[in-house]
Amino acid sequence: MTDVLEAPSTDMLGKRVKRTEDPRFITGEGRYLDDIKLQSMTHMAILRSPYAHANIRSIDTSAAATMPGVIAVFTGADIPYNPLPMAWPAGGSAGIQNNINTPRTLATDSVKWTGEGVAAVVCETEAQAVDALEAIVVDWEPLPTVVDAEKATQPGAPQLHENAPNNVVFVWTVGDKAGTDAAIDGAEVVVRQRIVNQRLIPNSIETRGDIGWYNPGTDEYTVWMSSQTPHIQRLLLTAFVTGIPEHKVRCISPDIGGAFGSRIYCYADMALCMFASKAIGGRPVKWVEGRRESYQSTTHGRDHITYLEIAGKRDGEVTGLRVKTYANLGGRLSTIAPGVPTTLYGRVLSGCYKIPNVHAEVTGVYTNTTFVDAYRGAGRPEATYVVERAMDLFAAEIGMDRAEIRRRNFIAPDQFPYDNPSGLGVASGGAKIYIDSGNYEPALDKGLEMAGYANLDATKAEAKARGKLLGLGLSTYIEVCGVAPSKWIGAVGEGWGAAMWESANIKVHLTGKVVVTVGTQPQGQGHETTYAQIIGHEFGIPMEDVVIQHSDTQGTPFGYGTYGSRTSSVGHTAAVKAADKIKEKARRYAAHMLEASPEDIEIDGAEYRVKGSPDRKKTFQEIAFALDLAFDVPEGMEPYLDETAYYDTPNCTWPFGTHIAIVEIDEETGVVDLVRYVAVDDVGKKINPMIVDGQLHGGITQGIGQALWEGAIYGDDGQLLTGSMLDYALPKASFLPNFELAETVTPSPVNPLGVKGVGEAGCIASTAAVASAVIDALGPLGIRHLDMPYTANKVWSAMQSAKGGQA
Amino acid sequence: MIPATFEYRRADSLDDALAALAEGDGSAKVIAGGMSLLPLMKLRLATPGTLIDIGRLSELKGVRQLDDGRLAIGALTTYAELLDSPARHYGLLRDALPHIGDVQVRNRGTIGGAIAHSDPASDLPACLLALDAELVARSAGGGEREIPMDGFIEGAFSTDLRPEELLTEIRLPGPREDAGSAYASLQNPASGYAMVGVAAIVFDVTTAGIGSASVAITGVSDAPYRATAVEAALAGSDGSPASVAAAAEHATDGQTVNADIHADRDYRTAMAVIYTRRAIQAALARLA
Repeated sequence: MTDVLEAPSTDMLGKRVKRTEDPRFITGEGRYLDDIKLQSMTHMAILRSPYAHANIRSIDTSAAATMPGVIAVFTGADIPYNPLPMAWPAGGSAGIQNNINTPRTLATDSVKWTGEGVAAVVCETEAQAVDALEAIVVDWEPLPTVVDAEKATQPGAPQLHENAPNNVVFVWTVGDKAGTDAAIDGAEVVVRQRIVNQRLIPNSIETRGDIGWYNPGTDEYTVWMSSQTPHIQRLLLTAFVTGIPEHKVRCISPDIGGAFGSRIYCYADMALCMFASKAIGGRPVKWVEGRRESYQSTTHGRDHITYLEIAGKRDGEVTGLRVKTYANLGGRLSTIAPGVPTTLYGRVLSGCYKIPNVHAEVTGVYTNTTFVDAYRGAGRPEATYVVERAMDLFAAEIGMDRAEIRRRNFIAPDQFPYDNPSGLGVASGGAKIYIDSGNYEPALDKGLEMAGYANLDATKAEAKARGKLLGLGLSTYIEVCGVAPSKWIGAVGEGWGAAMWESANIKVHLTGKVVVTVGTQPQGQGHETTYAQIIGHEFGIPMEDVVIQHSDTQGTPFGYGTYGSRTSSVGHTAAVKAADKIKEKARRYAAHMLEASPEDIEIDGAEYRVKGSPDRKKTFQEIAFALDLAFDVPEGMEPYLDETAYYDTPNCTWPFGTHIAIVEIDEETGVVDLVRYVAVDDVGKKINPMIVDGQLHGGITQGIGQALWEGAIYGDDGQLLTGSMLDYALPKASFLPNFELAETVTPSPVNPLGVKGVGEAGCIASTAAVASAVIDALGPLGIRHLDMPYTANKVWSAMQSAKGGQA
Repeated sequence: MIPATFEYRRADSLDDALAALAEGDGSAKVIAGGMSLLPLMKLRLATPGTLIDIGRLSELKGVRQLDDGRLAIGALTTYAELLDSPARHYGLLRDALPHIGDVQVRNRGTIGGAIAHSDPASDLPACLLALDAELVARSAGGGEREIPMDGFIEGAFSTDLRPEELLTEIRLPGPREDAGSAYASLQNPASGYAMVGVAAIVFDVTTAGIGSASVAITGVSDAPYRATAVEAALAGSDGSPASVAAAAEHATDGQTVNADIHADRDYRTAMAVIYTRRAIQAALARLA
C-alpha cells in the first residue's frame, strides 16, 4: 500500500504508479463535453413527456418558435430517421421471438415513460432553450400505466406495444430443463424464494451530452458525445439510424466523467444533434443533460424479479438450481437490453459452484419506466445475487455453515477447464467457452481469516450487549471479463451482431517518442497510464516517452470500446501484439545496421544486441531514428516503425474472490451500519495495483449502495419518485468503513499479460456480501430473506413483524 | 437546471434592502447564501420576480453577547461561523451543526436563511425552538419586531415573516450552567435532512430529578414543534431512564405524522419516540 511511484523512468509494469491523467482531472483542466465551445454553437433542450404512458394528439410549437433566441423547433414528425437500433436480441438469431420496440429520435405517436423526448428547441443560449420548452403545447391523451414487470405480464395489464402481447419482449431459456426438474423433484431438500434485484440509476459525476456539427462545405458530420463507444456509435448512427454513409461521420468522445455502462448505447439525442445541425444550416448544436433529466433519459440498471429454487442433499451437496426471472426493460429497448438478463446473466447463474443441473427462464418485459440496460457488472451482479442468496438459504435450511457449503460445492482446482452447466459451453456455437482457471478455496480461507470468522459468535455477543445485531455476509463470486471472443459473442444462437476484438496502432517517431492509438475508450479507468506502463515495458523506454491517444474515430483504429471489464484482457493485449510487431521490425533493422542476421539479435529492454558481442548494439531510439530517415533501408523493408494489431481473445477471463461484509443493525431503529468490509480478489496479474485497488473501491461501493440505500422507485402512475439525489440515496464516503483488500494471484492463461480485468468485480461481489450480512444479523429473529435496499425503515418493519410473529 | 428570468438587486445597506422589500410587489425573495433558494430556482419550483441579495451586509454578520447575557446571532452568520462562535456553548448546536448539509453548504448557508426558508425537515429550527430563541425582523416603515421562535414557523416553507420584513437577528437566551442540551437525528441517507430530529434541553437537574425541559422535534410533521407533552412529563420527574422513556412516548402527541418513501408513518412515529429518548438522555449526560 506504500511505495506509490511518481512515474519515473524505470520499468513500471506492475507498479503502483500515479495516474498520468489525474493532474488534469483534479485541477479542472479536463476537457469534458460541456467544456467544448465551438464558434457559432447553438444550444438544444428537449421537451420530455410528463406522462408515463400517453398518446400524442398534437404538438403546437408555434408559440415556442417566436420565443427570444429560438432558431428552430422540431418534433418527431420532422425527422426522417429510423428508430434506434437494437443490437442484441435475446438468443441472437436462434429463432427466439423478440418483440422489438426502440425509441425514435423524438417520439411521434405515443410515449412509454416519463422522460421520453417529444420535441426539441434550438436556441442561441441554453437559458433561452429552457424557456422556449415551456411554450410548447402538447395535447396528451393519458393511458393506463404499469411499472412492475411481473404485473405487466398478467392478464388485464395495460398494453404498451401492439407487437408485444402481455408486454413480453421475449421468453428465453437456458440449461437442461428435464434434468433440472428431475433434480428438484427428487431432491432431499428444496428451498424456494422470491427475490427482487431492484432498479438502480447510474450516477456518473458528469451527465451525458452531445454536440452535433454538420459541415455544409464537406457534407460531413462531427459528433462529440460522452460515449463509451464512439466507433460503435458511428456505425449505428449511420448504418441503422440516419442512413448517412459511415465515412461521412466522425465521432469524438472527450474526457468522460464516469459511465458504468450507461454510455455504451445509441441515444436519440446523438441523432437529434446531427439532424438539428444540418437543419439549421450547419451551426453546431450542443445538448447537455441535466441531472433530473438524466434520471429519466439515461438508462437504468438491474430490475429483476426472480423466483429461485435450489435443491440438494442434507450433506450440503447442491444438485439443482431453477430460476424464473422477470427482467424489466422499460418502455422501449435500449441498444443491448435483451442481452443483459440472458447471456450475461442466465449463463453464469451457477457462479463458482459445480451445480450439475441449472435451468433458467427469463422473460423480458416492457413497462412504463425508463429503459434498462447494462449497468456495472451487467447481469453478473444479478446472477451472483441469485446464487449467493440461494446458497445462504440452502445452508440455513440444512443447518450448515455458510462457508462450508461454499467449500463443499466449489469447482475444484483440478476440474478446470470447466464446462458451465448453465450453458456457457453449449452456447458457444463452435467456440468452446469454458471457465479456464480458478482456485477458490485459498481466497475464501484468506477472507475468513481476515474477517475473524472463527470468532464470529463472540463478536456477535459483544455487539448484542451494545444493542446491535451483528451479521457477517459472504459472497464467493466469479466474474466474466471481456465480452469476447467474437466468435462466441457473435455466434448464431447467442449474441449481438458485432465482433468483440480490439485494436492498437503504435508509431515510433524519429525522436524515439511513441504514439499509441487505441480503440478502447476510457471513462475514468486510467488507460493513459496503464497502456503507457505496458508499452514502456515492451520497448524498455520511460513511460513518459509514450502517449496514449483514444476516443476519436478519426485517428484511432476501430475498436468496440470499454465496458465488460475488457480493456485489460483484450485492448491491452492488442497493444502488446502491436508492440511485438514493432520489436520484430526493429530487430530486423538492427540486424541490418549491425551486419548480423535477425535471429542473432537479442532484445534487452531498449537495447538490440548481437548475441555473444554485447558491445555491438543499437538502441531502440537509434533504430527508430535511422528507420525514419530511411537513408539506408534494406531491400523489401519499409521505412518507419508503424504497426497495427487487432486482437480477438480466445476466451473470456475469469476473476474470482471472496468478499465478506460485517454489519451492525441498531435493534431499536433498524439502521444498518457497515462496520467492516474484507475483499480477497484474484484478478490475475496487475498492470497497476493502485488502479486495481481504485476499481475495487469504486465497484465495492456501488454494490454496497445497492444493498443498503439505492433504489429507483416509481409510483403506480409511472412517475419517478426518486427523481433526484434528494430522494435517490447514493453511498457517501462517510457511510463506509475502510476496505480491507487482499489478493490471490492466478494468472489468466489466455493472454500474454496474464491479466483478467477488474472494472466490475467489486460490484458483482459486494451486493450479495452485504445482503448476506444483513440477513445473518436478522437471522435470530427468524428472518430468512428480505429484499434490498435495507433501509432503516424496511429493516425496522421486518423486525417488528418478526417480533410480532414470535409473540 | 436554469432558473427562470429574474431581476437581481444587490443591497448595499440594510436600509437599502428594506427599501427594496418595501417597494416590491411581493414577488421579491431575499437571497443570502442561496443554498436552499437557488436549487429551487434552478428546478423552477421557485420563480421570484426579483432577488434581493443581502449577502454583503456586514451588519448582519457575526455573533455578539447582549448586555443581558443573551447571544445575538446576525442573520447572515453561516453554519460554519456559528459553530466557531460562543454558540458552541450549546451542546445541541455542537451536535446539529456539523451534520447540516456538507462543507460547502455550511460555509455558504446562513442561519437567517435557514429559518426564513423553513424547510420542515431542517435541523436548525428545532434547535432554536428548544432554545426559546427570539427572532428580530425589520421593515422599512415598521422598525423592529421581536418574534418568539415558538409560533414563527407556520407550516412547511411558511413563516410569520411579512413580505416587507427582513429577518436580521436571532437571539438566544444566555448560557446556563444548570442546563444540558443535545440534538439527535435520523438522517435521510439521500438528502441528509432529518427524517426525525430532536432537540432537547433539561434544566435544573439535581439528584431529585429534572426541574424542567424543552423538547423540539423536526422532520416529523409539517413544521417543527415543541413536544409539550414530553416536556410536561419530564418536568419534576426523577430523570431515570424509565421516566425519560415514558416521557418520550409522548413525542408525537397531537401531531399528524408525515409518511414518504423514506419513512412510513409507523416508522417515523416510533423513531420520534426513540430519538426523543436518546436526545434527552444525551442532554442529561452532558450535565453528568
